[in-house]
Amino acid sequence: MQSDLPLYPEQASNFAANVDALMVYITAICAFFAVAITAAVVYFFFKYRRKDPAEVGVPIHGDMRLETAWIVVPLFLALTMFGWGAVVYVDYRRAPMDTLDIYVIGKQWMWKVQQPTGLREINELHVPVGRNVKLILASEDVIHDFSVPAFRVKMDVVPGHYNTMWFRPTKAGRYHFFCQQYCGTNHALMGGWVTVMEPMEYSAWLSGSSDATTNPVVAGEKLFVEKACTTCHLSNGTGRAPSLNGVFGAKVPLADGSTVTADDAYIRESILNPQAKIVAGYQPLMPSFQGQLTEEQIMDLTSYIKSLQSQPAPTKGSGVAPDAGKK
Amino acid sequence: MSATPAAVNQMPREHYLNATYGIRSWLLTTDHKRIALLYLASVTFFFFIGGAFATMIRIHLLSPKGLLVTPETYNKLFTMHGVAMIFFFLIPSIPAVLGNFLLPIMIGAKDLAFPKINLLSWYIYLIGGGFVLYSFSTGGLDTGWTFYTPLSSVYSNSAVTPAVIGVFINGFSSILTGLNFIVTVHTMRAPGMTWFRLPLFVWAQYATSIIFILGTPVIAITLLLAGMERMFHLGFFNPQLGGDPILFQHLFWFYSHPAVYIMILPAMGVISEIIPTFARKPIFGYSFIAGSSIAIAVIGFFVWAHHMFVTGESTYAALTFSLLSYLVAIPSAVKVFNWTSTLYKGSISYDTPMLYALGFIGLFLIGGLTGLFLACLGLDIHLHDTYFVIAHFHYIMVGGAVMGYVGGLHYWWPKITGKLYPEFLARVAAVTLFLGFNLTFFPQFILGYLGMPRRYASYPPEFQVLNVMSTAGASILALGYLLPMIYLTWSMRYGEVAGPNPWPATGLEWKTPSPPPTENFDVTPEVTWEPYDYDNRPDLGLDVKGAPSLAHGDD
Repeated sequence: MQSDLPLYPEQASNFAANVDALMVYITAICAFFAVAITAAVVYFFFKYRRKDPAEVGVPIHGDMRLETAWIVVPLFLALTMFGWGAVVYVDYRRAPMDTLDIYVIGKQWMWKVQQPTGLREINELHVPVGRNVKLILASEDVIHDFSVPAFRVKMDVVPGHYNTMWFRPTKAGRYHFFCQQYCGTNHALMGGWVTVMEPMEYSAWLSGSSDATTNPVVAGEKLFVEKACTTCHLSNGTGRAPSLNGVFGAKVPLADGSTVTADDAYIRESILNPQAKIVAGYQPLMPSFQGQLTEEQIMDLTSYIKSLQSQPAPTKGSGVAPDAGKK
Repeated sequence: MSATPAAVNQMPREHYLNATYGIRSWLLTTDHKRIALLYLASVTFFFFIGGAFATMIRIHLLSPKGLLVTPETYNKLFTMHGVAMIFFFLIPSIPAVLGNFLLPIMIGAKDLAFPKINLLSWYIYLIGGGFVLYSFSTGGLDTGWTFYTPLSSVYSNSAVTPAVIGVFINGFSSILTGLNFIVTVHTMRAPGMTWFRLPLFVWAQYATSIIFILGTPVIAITLLLAGMERMFHLGFFNPQLGGDPILFQHLFWFYSHPAVYIMILPAMGVISEIIPTFARKPIFGYSFIAGSSIAIAVIGFFVWAHHMFVTGESTYAALTFSLLSYLVAIPSAVKVFNWTSTLYKGSISYDTPMLYALGFIGLFLIGGLTGLFLACLGLDIHLHDTYFVIAHFHYIMVGGAVMGYVGGLHYWWPKITGKLYPEFLARVAAVTLFLGFNLTFFPQFILGYLGMPRRYASYPPEFQVLNVMSTAGASILALGYLLPMIYLTWSMRYGEVAGPNPWPATGLEWKTPSPPPTENFDVTPEVTWEPYDYDNRPDLGLDVKGAPSLAHGDD
């Protein structure tokens, strides 16, 4: 369907058609002005060429109505571009609830991907067609950017932050992904392929390659013991730190009176910079694990804490707000 | 003012170029005109360096695997291309060369307010440039001209420290030039030169100077912080030391987006001078063009985070910055509409500066309009950091700023040197530049929409055809730049004598001999006419009474 010299990449996600329509809309308006102004310049250029060396032009100093028109009309058109662009962007930045979460770690100069089952891939990403996919992005070193032109999405991968992006693949196939934020020597090689599969195939693929899998929940639980988290975060809520049962996804009341939703970024921050958000009723005792855990280990720990979501939170000694467990 | 266009022109016996002789008389000069020429030589030097890097980049990209150099070297090429071109050519080009030369003459002053500080600016520029050249020649620089942390402050193995010190030092050159211009415009205007009689070039320089003073300190401090993080491991931007890499981007773009206006505003000023001269009529909407320069300078400070829509910044910040970015587009549009309207019922000549001005309108139009694509949140997700961005800002900075600079050099060359350049060759060069530029950069818009990332030493083979087109265009473009360098240099010695006002134009700079005397004017001029007014200027020797009826009859 694509010609030898295509003007746009394949449309393979829920965003692609929207972004392309927006592109057509803005191109149409801009082409109109570009053609109109160029035509006027060229026409005047020939029409009013100097016929006599001493000739001067007609003194016209301006026109208030014209000035008003060419401020108001472009402003109005610009606002429509802004509005439509904002709608697409807000949709992109707000992931739906029912996403398939995949962890993606960028490091100079490769991508490590971890499927929900713990299956790991390098420079490859397999996703099922028709399913909302959320990528949770972390960097081990410098800023990278995960970009899939066929999906019309990209997001920077920033060390010290979790960024997320989501999309819903609409068409099976293999598509380029690129690192799109300059990251050093082999930046241009830091790419790979997204493989969009039919859901059945995807499940078969996931289970078929399970021998190479380390279950992140198991790995995370092991770390949780090794790093002595268990000495304070007792699951029955009697420890010096809140129980983590049922915390993930719930609202957590903080010492300063505010509340926060316990998501990936919150868990990550609480591990690396525990003093940033102290749970109400607890002392700031926890040491920072900055520099002691790789991004992958943090993700394993997060997976483990996520797995505790289904455990019943103790009535006392939990980080979960008593009336907000339902979220 | 006895010279009429018909009279045989003679070079004035004594002028600023021959008033004193010897290398000391140049290196210790406080004459703004000589300092402008010192800047002309030095920015041309950096343009050559940046241009050589660009040539190698385009040759390298002929093949998907990369033809010429290793990825390390390629990364250094585009970084050094950007640093040389932006900090040491584009930013100083029009203000420090044409602005320095013209601003005092245009307002009827003998010099800038602080002539010694003006010379100091040039030496600071040289010292900054020296550090940067030291970086280029001892390991090179591979961080991208944006110096993003923590790549620049922790991970890069190249000579980052001398480069950031060089850019830091160079900033003071901009600050001092801006200060000098602002004070000069406020205090040294000739009698009768009211604010609304100022040439639009002066308005543009004034707006640029505001950005110099308010913006440059921020980039200087930001790069200093990055340098300190690199040298002393202080954690400003490195997350492992508790810093935030996104903070660097906020600070960097707080200056570097307004810096785009530092590059384009003076070029807009040049165009606003050229068009009325070669259409021989007052500029359409003087106050709107002047006001829009100030509006761009002011609103331009509130759009920086549109470079960061996909860094994970808050959705509300993104919405705000997108909206403000659309607002800053309006004053630019106002200028384009007014320039176009100025042509209406003009007496248009096809002299070289006019070709540059019209070329500028065409290229700036595309550059500006494609800014609307990038300001659009939904589209920027896809376009950010692709070749679409590269094409967009080259249309603004090369298609706009450089076309304005080269056009301005041609327009004022007779004033600067007293000589005319060969007109036919100059027209050929102007057309060559326009065509070469479009062939180089238009394919990059398509490459960008297809998803080709910027700063790639190698690329998937499907992008090759458009890259080859771009390289072909670049070779035409290079020819277009070499031509003027050759014939302008040639004309300094062999060109026809220009006379005080060859076009003729209405500004004060044309009421003094070419080249002007060291003091600019023998007698302080008094301004009794409105800007770009051909009707009440019998001294220009034009056919004023005949013109309106002729134009009407022509309809």
